[in-house]
Amino acid sequence: MNQQEGYADDIVKGFVIWSMVWGLVAVLVGVFISFQIAFPQLNFPPYLTYGRLRPIHTNAGIFGWGIGSFMAFFIYITQRLTRTSLWSPGLAKAQLWLFNIVIALAAVTLAMGMNRSKEYAELEWPVASLVVVLWVIFAVNIVMTIVKRREEQMYISLWYILATLVGVAVLYLVNNASIPVSLTKSYSAYAGANDANVQWWYGHNAVAMVLTTPPLAIFYYFLPKTTGVPIYSHRMGVIAFWSLIFMYLWTGAHHLLWAPVPDWVQTLAMGFSVMLIAPSWAAVFNGYFSMNGQWHQMRENYLVKFLIFGITFYGMQTLQGPSQSIRTFSAFIHFTDWVPGHVHMGTLGWVSLVLFAAIYYTIPRLYHTEIYSVGLANVHFWLVLTGQLIFSITMWIAGVQQAAMLNATNPDGSLHYSFIETMVELYPYWHMRAVGGVIYLAGLLVFLYNIYQTITGGKAQAAAQRA
Amino acid sequence: MIEKKPIIFLLLATATILVGTIITMVLPFRWINDPKLAIASVKPYTPLQLEGRDIYIREGCNNCHTQTVRPLLSDTERYGEYSKSGEFVYDQPFLWGSRRNGPDLARIGGKYPDAWHVKHMKDPRSMVPRSNMPAYDFLNRPLDTSLSEKKMKALRFPYTPADIQALQGKSEMDAIIAYMQKVGNDIPWRKTGTAAVLGELKNPFQDNMSVLPEGQKLYAEHCAQCHGIELKGEVGPDLRDMDQPDSKVFSSVYGGIAAGGMPAFGDTLGKERTWKVVTYLKSVHKH
Repeated sequence: MNQQEGYADDIVKGFVIWSMVWGLVAVLVGVFISFQIAFPQLNFPPYLTYGRLRPIHTNAGIFGWGIGSFMAFFIYITQRLTRTSLWSPGLAKAQLWLFNIVIALAAVTLAMGMNRSKEYAELEWPVASLVVVLWVIFAVNIVMTIVKRREEQMYISLWYILATLVGVAVLYLVNNASIPVSLTKSYSAYAGANDANVQWWYGHNAVAMVLTTPPLAIFYYFLPKTTGVPIYSHRMGVIAFWSLIFMYLWTGAHHLLWAPVPDWVQTLAMGFSVMLIAPSWAAVFNGYFSMNGQWHQMRENYLVKFLIFGITFYGMQTLQGPSQSIRTFSAFIHFTDWVPGHVHMGTLGWVSLVLFAAIYYTIPRLYHTEIYSVGLANVHFWLVLTGQLIFSITMWIAGVQQAAMLNATNPDGSLHYSFIETMVELYPYWHMRAVGGVIYLAGLLVFLYNIYQTITGGKAQAAAQRA
Repeated sequence: MIEKKPIIFLLLATATILVGTIITMVLPFRWINDPKLAIASVKPYTPLQLEGRDIYIREGCNNCHTQTVRPLLSDTERYGEYSKSGEFVYDQPFLWGSRRNGPDLARIGGKYPDAWHVKHMKDPRSMVPRSNMPAYDFLNRPLDTSLSEKKMKALRFPYTPADIQALQGKSEMDAIIAYMQKVGNDIPWRKTGTAAVLGELKNPFQDNMSVLPEGQKLYAEHCAQCHGIELKGEVGPDLRDMDQPDSKVFSSVYGGIAAGGMPAFGDTLGKERTWKVVTYLKSVHKH
């Protein structure tokens, strides 16, 4: 049927498969660096030290796995919501090639130490420029498809897609402005506190425009598809969308509380971060209320479980995030392991669970087959959930403990512990985190096996039909 | 309705995200790094320091070390005077970091002698026994100076041909240590920040043998890296047979000896534990 509609689905297959490959790389490197923190002898300089591998982990996760699947599902969703075939399948094919070249280049250059040092914007200017080309190709293709649509009204998912396209473009261009010295070296165009403020405007809003709006677009599309029941409230969707994208961009400086940037910027960031609870939870409620009378599907439909747990982690994330942006709380937990715990609840819990659901939903349809094993999908679900919870909870406890030790004072007002005394107490938690990571990795391998069997089963079926 | 007009929708969404962007990101350019707030003693990097900074960036040191001291007791007591925006006007990029797997480095400059850094970079655990920092022994290789002049020009830092010439024969280790010794040292915080110890400088543990084991343990954790486990000296001098009075030894440990590269331990040990170390030190003799 899809072929008759003329949808460019081969390109979706390509993006899904490659995003899974890069997702595996991200988790493998993540598990490895979690062991490096616990066992420093696992650092192999110069190329395989924590300092060089950590950006590979974040870039492979956010851009390889995240952006890779978003590109897949944006192309998939947009065609269906507009009942129009992709504006240019050729351009999309070039985009897939370029995407893989960029991610591979990123991994190699980062391991070699070519690094702008700005978090999530580490890539040196030639690679960063390729990213810009990649994004323009992508954005033009999606926007043109929407423009020539056959469906008059744009569904909620398309709003989030449009916001993502423009948001990422603005953020990336501004924060990557640099002064090149050679092909492999450049300096940031901004200095000191300015550079910090621009970086965290980018850094936090990458969370908005890369890790929030795209999964929401995907969630809003696949939840009704999976449950067979429409989204609870269109109006709530409208209000939540506009207030989310309005408020998010004020909040970057909550990463710079107590740092030497102007006080009013910090205060605005804190205020807007707290207000962000409202639009975030509007999306959560919209998801929950859509399940009215459908909660039995949590038991019967494994996809619903992924989606609803995903949006639940989003809800928890958007309570924890704003509370962290309160000055007093930030003074306590900032710079500790609490923050990796928080981040991984978002990336492993929210973003990845929604993406897993979307992949489980689309792969059998793209390959005209059935899912290989629902049982394995359930095993996958419980493994990644357990792994993620072990990771997050141990890091929260580690963060609170270290913060308490760092703040402890003697009766005469001097500090009770040296830095290293607080740090060595973290080793047991770091061991636990590595265990959590291994469990998550096991879950991911089950998922990849299940998808592989689903795809090859579909190929066998197609071959049998041709014969 | 705008949900039927994608281009207008796109423009409206852009305008919406630009409001917060302009107010919190573009506007602050007017105030941050204002020349009126400049600190005169803050100087640009020399070619060697800049090369060291680039190595710091290349190795991703900012993944574990921050470079901002917050105006909070636990930060200022541990690291020194809190950071001011004027200290960072020559930092492109900024290196404030976001996680402390290791300590903050904003006030590392001048805290330890070069020899301490060399030993620590080569084998961090020889200096800080349970550190989880990777070893950077490989930095002993020659420094690549082919871009040094272009880098100084790109950042418009002053330099002379002699400065560039002086880079010949330097190792990457020399460069990163030159950078370490510069970080946070542009404001005279050490001179103004030395705290006076209140009360009488009298050892509460004089001739109290029961505190020696704890004193020895504290010595092994905090002092042995420079003075040797048997106090025979290495980076720092031999400490056996000290003929100074307890109060003098206490002041040196508590407040450090800036000229000799001896860091202050008072802020981490507190008075009582410092006295225990002093009692232990005075109990050790050559024969």
